[in-house]
Amino acid sequence: MRYEAFLPLILSLGLAGPLAAEPLGIGRPASSETIAAWDIDVRPDGQGLPPGRGSVRDGAGLYAARCAACHGARGEGAAAEALAGGLGSLASAKPLRTVGSFWPYATTLFDYVRRAMPFDAPQSLTPDETYAVSAYVLHLNGLLPEEASLDATSLPRVAMPNRDGFTADPRPDVPPPSPPARPTEHTESR
Amino acid sequence: MENRRSFLRMAGSLAGAGVATGALAEANPLDVPPWTREQGATAPGYGRPSPSETLARYPRLPPRFPGASSTVTPLQGLHGILTPNGLHFERHHAGIPAIDPDRHRLVVHGLVERPLALTMDDIVRFPAVSRLHFLECSGNTPWLGAKPDWTVQDSHGLISCAEWTGVELSILLAEVGVKPGAAWILAEGADACAMTRSIPFDALDGAILAYAQNGERLRPEQGYPLRLFLPGLEGNLSIKWLRRIKVGDQPFQTREETSKYTDLMPDGTVRQFTFVMEAKSIITAPSGGQHLHEPGFHEIRGLAWTGRGRIAGVEVSTDNGISWREAHLEGPVLPRCLTRFRLPWRWEGGPARLLSRARDETGYVQPSREALVAVRGTRSFYHNNAVFGWSIEPNGSVTYAV
Repeated sequence: MRYEAFLPLILSLGLAGPLAAEPLGIGRPASSETIAAWDIDVRPDGQGLPPGRGSVRDGAGLYAARCAACHGARGEGAAAEALAGGLGSLASAKPLRTVGSFWPYATTLFDYVRRAMPFDAPQSLTPDETYAVSAYVLHLNGLLPEEASLDATSLPRVAMPNRDGFTADPRPDVPPPSPPARPTEHTESR
Repeated sequence: MENRRSFLRMAGSLAGAGVATGALAEANPLDVPPWTREQGATAPGYGRPSPSETLARYPRLPPRFPGASSTVTPLQGLHGILTPNGLHFERHHAGIPAIDPDRHRLVVHGLVERPLALTMDDIVRFPAVSRLHFLECSGNTPWLGAKPDWTVQDSHGLISCAEWTGVELSILLAEVGVKPGAAWILAEGADACAMTRSIPFDALDGAILAYAQNGERLRPEQGYPLRLFLPGLEGNLSIKWLRRIKVGDQPFQTREETSKYTDLMPDGTVRQFTFVMEAKSIITAPSGGQHLHEPGFHEIRGLAWTGRGRIAGVEVSTDNGISWREAHLEGPVLPRCLTRFRLPWRWEGGPARLLSRARDETGYVQPSREALVAVRGTRSFYHNNAVFGWSIEPNGSVTYAV
C-alpha cells in the first residue's frame, strides 16, 4: 500500500513508451476554489469537515421532517434500513448493522449524509443541518446526550462502539479440498 | 497431419450422434417458408436482436427503493465469454444519472503535483488500451435464501464480461504527478449518492479509466461517460460516472467501505477492504429452469473466472462430487476474464447432480459451500464463491441442487 509499490508501474510506462516521463500536457489546472463544490469527502481525522455547528435538538426536527419517513421515527428502520439499535448483536444469529452497532467512524455518517441524503433531495442540506442530523442520529444510538452539538472538532472525537471491530482481508482463508483437486492436464483450444 | 486425424475423430463422433437424432427425423417434408419467397427488410440504424430472442435483465430482488437496484445477466442464454452491452449486469445505488458528456469533468487532485480537470475530449486524447475482463458484484450469489427454481441468472447473474477501452490510471497519475507519501485514492461518482470508495495503490494493478465497452461508448447504466475499471476486484470499486479522484495517504472510510461491502464473521468481527474476487465457476447448460428433452449427448457448458490471474482448470462432476472429470477450457484463457469450459456428457435418463469446481494459477481451488460456511458463517453477505450445482430429474427438469 505504499507509493513505492505503484511506482514501478508509473516509471515503466514512462520509460518504455515513446514519450518521456514528462506530462503530456492534457487538461486544465484544477484550483481548490473551482472544485470546492465537488471536494466534499470527510476523513476519520476530520479533514474535509466544513465550518459550522449543529445540535441534537436542531437535528430532531430536521430528522422528523427529512429522514423519519424512510428510517423510522427513532431510527428503527422502515422502507430504508435501521440507523439505531443492534448494539451487541453482531456475533448473534440476527446481526443488526446500524450506525451505532456497526459504523466505525462518526465522520462517515457526516460524509454520507452530506453526499447522498436525503434520498429525495441529495446535497441539499447546509453544513449546519448536516451536523445537526448527524448529531441526532448519534443521539438515537445513545452516543451523544440530548444537549450536545457537533462541529469539525468534536465530530471526529465521538467514540463509536465498533471502532475496533474491523480486520484486514485474510483470504485465501479456506483450506483446499481433500483429496486435492486432480492435477490432470486439461485440454485447451484457442 | 495431427489436425486431420483429430478432425476425422470429431467427424466420426458426430456421425455417431447423427444416428441418435435420426430417431427424431421430421415426419413431414420440408416446405419453402414465406421468408424465402419474398424480399426481406432493410437494416435498422442500430441493430436489435431478432424478435424471437427474448433475453432480458431483471432486478434480482424487488427493489425497496426505485433507483437502488441491480439487474442480472441472463447467463443461461449467452454464448462465449463476452456479454452484450445491453445485457451486462448493473447495480446502481441512486438511479442512473443522465449526464451531459460535454459538461462532465474528471477532477484529479489531492497529494499530486498538478491537480487537473479533464473533459471527455481530454481523456480520449490519452494513450488508450483495450482489455477483456470480467466484472462481478461481490454480492453475486446470495449466501441464504436459495430456491429450487433458481436459474443461473438468479444465482449468478451479477457477473458479466466485456472489452473495456480507456486510459490506464497509472498514465493519468503520472500526468498529475503523485507526491511521496501517497498510498490511496478516493474514487467518486457523479450520481445522486456521489458513490465513493477508497482503493490502495497496490490494488490498482491494471486499473483503467474506461469510456468504451465492447467497441462503443459506455451505456448509461455502466457509468457513461466515464468509469473506473478495476480488473478482478469487487464490482462496487469500479466507480461509475467517475467525476473525481483524490489521492491521499490513508483510506477515507466511506459508507460503502465500512457499513457496506465489508464481511461480517461469525465472531462479530468484520473484514474490511476485501477486494479480490476469488476463483469461481458455474455450469450454464444444463442449468436451473432448463429441460433436457431426451437422453443422449448433452455438452455441459459453463464459465469460470478468478480475480487472481488465469483459470488453471475446471473439474465437473455429474454424480454430486463422488467423481470429477477435467473439463476442456475453450480459449482464450485470459487473466481476470471469463473462461469458458465444456465437457461432453451422455445423460442416461436418470437423476444426476452437476457440479463444477474451478482452480486458478495460484493453486487456489473453489471451495465447497460447506468449507466456506465453516470459516465464514452465512452472515458475511459478500464474496460467496462456493461450488454450486444443478439437479437433473428423471423427467429432464433442472433445478438448483447444492
